[in-house]
Amino acid sequence: MTVESTAARKPRRSSGTKRAAGAASARKTAAATAQPHDAEPQLVQLLTPEGERVDAGDHPDVAEFAPFVADITTEDLRGLYRDMVLTRRFDGEATALQRQGELGLWASLLGQEAAQIGSGRALRDDDYVFPTYREHGVAWCRGVDPTNLLGMFRGVNHGGWDPNTNNFHLYTIVIGSQTLHATGYAMGVAKDGADSAVIAYFGDGASSQGDVMEAFNFSAVYNSPVVFFCQNNQWAISEPTERQMRVPLYQRAQGFGFPGIRVDGNDVLACLAVTRWALERARRGEGPTLVEAFTYRMGAHTTSDDPTKYRRDEETAAWESKDPILRLKAHLLASGGADEAFFAELEAESETLGKHVREVVRSMPDPDTMAIFENVYADGHALVDEERAQFAAYLASFEGGE
Amino acid sequence: MAIEKMSIAKALNESLRKAMETDPKVLIMGEDVGKLGGVFRITDGLQKDFGEERVIDTPLAESGIVGTAIGLALRGYRPVVEIQFDGFVFPAYDQIVTQLAKMHARSLGTIKLPVVIRIPYAGGIGAVEHHSESPETLFAHVPGLKVVSPSNASDAYWMLQQAILSDDPVIFFEPKRRYWDKGEVDVDAIPGELHKARVTRSGTDLTLAAYGPMVKVCMEAAAAAAEEGKSVEVVDLRSMSPVDFDGLQASVERTRRLVVVHEAPVFLGVGAEIAARITERCFYHLEAPVLRVGGFHAPYPPARLEDEYLPGLDRVLDAVDRSLAY
Ligand SMILES: Cc1ncc(C[n+]2csc(CCOP(=O)(O)OP(=O)(O)O)c2C)c(N)n1
Repeated sequence: MTVESTAARKPRRSSGTKRAAGAASARKTAAATAQPHDAEPQLVQLLTPEGERVDAGDHPDVAEFAPFVADITTEDLRGLYRDMVLTRRFDGEATALQRQGELGLWASLLGQEAAQIGSGRALRDDDYVFPTYREHGVAWCRGVDPTNLLGMFRGVNHGGWDPNTNNFHLYTIVIGSQTLHATGYAMGVAKDGADSAVIAYFGDGASSQGDVMEAFNFSAVYNSPVVFFCQNNQWAISEPTERQMRVPLYQRAQGFGFPGIRVDGNDVLACLAVTRWALERARRGEGPTLVEAFTYRMGAHTTSDDPTKYRRDEETAAWESKDPILRLKAHLLASGGADEAFFAELEAESETLGKHVREVVRSMPDPDTMAIFENVYADGHALVDEERAQFAAYLASFEGGE
Repeated sequence: MAIEKMSIAKALNESLRKAMETDPKVLIMGEDVGKLGGVFRITDGLQKDFGEERVIDTPLAESGIVGTAIGLALRGYRPVVEIQFDGFVFPAYDQIVTQLAKMHARSLGTIKLPVVIRIPYAGGIGAVEHHSESPETLFAHVPGLKVVSPSNASDAYWMLQQAILSDDPVIFFEPKRRYWDKGEVDVDAIPGELHKARVTRSGTDLTLAAYGPMVKVCMEAAAAAAEEGKSVEVVDLRSMSPVDFDGLQASVERTRRLVVVHEAPVFLGVGAEIAARITERCFYHLEAPVLRVGGFHAPYPPARLEDEYLPGLDRVLDAVDRSLAY
C-alpha cells in the first residue's frame, strides 16, 4: 500500500479541517524553514498509482465522491484514457515543433493530463471555461481544434478561436487575471437564472496574485456558480510552492467562506468525481468551490525554461511513478477493461493526430501585414485609419520603386 | 583603466553585484531571481553569493513585490525589484503610481524611496503577447518617477548603479533584445550623469534621437545614410524622465532637423513631448517639422508581424528623407 492510497482514506477539506499553518516564528525573512506542504499529501484518490480502484467502503469521504463516478463504464474509462493519450501526444508534438523552430514557445502540460481531462470531462456543454495558457487537455475536452491552440505559440495570432463556439475562453497569459473574468461571468449566469456553471483554471503560483484573492472574495460574496480549479504542479517557473504560500492551498477557501478540497491530480477518476461534485454545488446555487489538483509539471515550465537550474532529478523521478496515464493503463489491463488491440489502435490514432498537427502547423501562413490594424476597435477609430493608410502607402512605395 | 568587454546582460549582473558589495542595504527582489537567476539570468549567481536574505525570490504577485519594496525602503533598504516582463508590470502599476511616485511629496520631502524597478522591455525576440511592450510613456507621464533605459553595456553597468544610488524611484527599462549585444565597459571610469543625453555619432544634416533598443537601429540608419552622402547625428537620450532637452537642443541647433524614434506607439508617446518641446525651443532653427517614427495605435502584434511593426532601418531612413525634403 502506497502513501497515496493510505492518504486516500483521509481526504482533506478545508471546511471542518483545523490545522495549524506551521509555526513561523523564526526571524528569517527570505528563507522559509517550515514545510507546510505535507510530504505525504492527503487527497481524494479513487485510483492508486498501481491502478487499483480505492474501495468506496473503506472510508466515508471516499464513499462521498465515488458516487460521482458510479456511472462511469469501462467504455468511459477507455475514453478518458484515449483523451489523456491523445492530449499527451499533441503536447509532445508541439514541444517537438518548437524545437524545430515552428513554434516560438510552448507551455507543456506533461504530467497534468489527468487533472485536465478529469475536470474537463466533468463539464457540460453549456458550462464556460476560463483557462490559463496550459489547458490543452481541457481545450481538447471542449472540442477546440488542437491546431488552433498553436497559433499564438507560433506567433500568428493572439488567440485563434472564437471563445463562444465551445464556451472555452482565450488563453490568458497574465497570471491570475482570468479568475476574475470567470467570477464575473458566473455572476452573470446567476443573474440570468441559468443552471450552468463556470470553471477557472490557474496554477499554484497564481494563487499569490491579488486578482485571485479578489476573485475568491467576489465569488463568495455573490455566491457565484464558479469552480476554481488550481493545478498545483509544485512549481511556478523556478519557485516551489513554499515560496508562494505557507498554508496548503485548498485550505485557503475556508477563509473566504466556501469549501476547498485537495484531489489527487494524477488520478483522472478522482478529478472527474470532485469536479462534478463542485459543479453540482454551483448549479444548485451553493456557490464557489476551490479544487486543488495536486499534480506535477513533468517537463520544463515552457520551452524557454531550464529546470536543471532549480529542480532535483530525484523529485522528477519520484513523480514519474505516479504518471496519470500509466495508472489508468494499469487499471484497464488488470481489470480486463482494454486489450492490446485497443492500445495498438490508439497508438495508430496518436500517430495520425501527430502527423496532422505537424502538417497544419507547417503550412500555417503568416498573417497579412495589415492585420496589425485589424480589430483594434469594434467601431473603428480615425487614428488607426490614418496610420493604416500611411503604412500602406509606405509599403507600396517599395513595390513601385526599386 | 580596466576595460572589459561584456554583454549588456553581463554588465547588468556585474552592476548589481557591485551595488550589493558597496551597500549592504541593497536588496534584490522578484520572481525567479534566486536560483534561476531570473528568466534572462540578470541576477545569475547573486543569491549564491549574497544569500536568500538579500536576493529574494518573491511570491508571484507584482503588486506585492512593489508594495513590500516600498515598505522595505521606508525601513532604510534600497530594493532593486525585477518585473519579469513589460506586460506584467500592470498589477504593480497601482503601487507604483499611487504610492511609490507620491510619498516623497506627501511627506513634504522627508521620505525618500530609493526603489529601482527593472523591467525587460520592448520587442524583437519573437515572444508571445505581453512580452514585447514598451510602456515607458505610462511611467514618464507620472510625476515623482524617473525613467531611464540604457542602450549599451557601459550604460547598463553605470546607469543601473546610479539608479540604485538615486534617492528617487527609478523605472529602469532594459532593452531585452539587446541583452546579448557586447560592448566595452570601463569599470573604473567616472560615469556621466544619469539623465544626460549623449551624442553617439556626429553629423551635420539631421539629428536622430532614440533610447534603449532603437539606438542601434538609428546608428545603422546613420551609417546607411552616410553612404548616400547624408550626415546624420545620433543622440542617445538615455533618460525619458527627465529628458535632457538642453543636450538635444544643442544637437538640433547644429543639424536643424530632428527625427525621434521609439518602439512605443507614437500617439502621446515620449516622441510627442520631445517634438513639442524642441519645436518651442528651436523654432527658428528648424528646417523641417520634428518627425516621429514608432509603434502604431494598435496592440503589439503577434511575433510573425513584429518585424513589420517595429521601426527598422527602412522606416527610419524614410523619415530622414522626408525631413530632408522640406
Ligand atoms: C502577472 C504575471 N507575472 C509574471 C508572469 C510570468 N510568468 C509566466 S508563468 C509564471 C509562473 C506561473 O506559475 P503557476 O501559476 O504555478 O502556473 P504553471 O505555469 O506552473 O502552470 C510566471 C511567473 C506572468 N505571465 N504574469
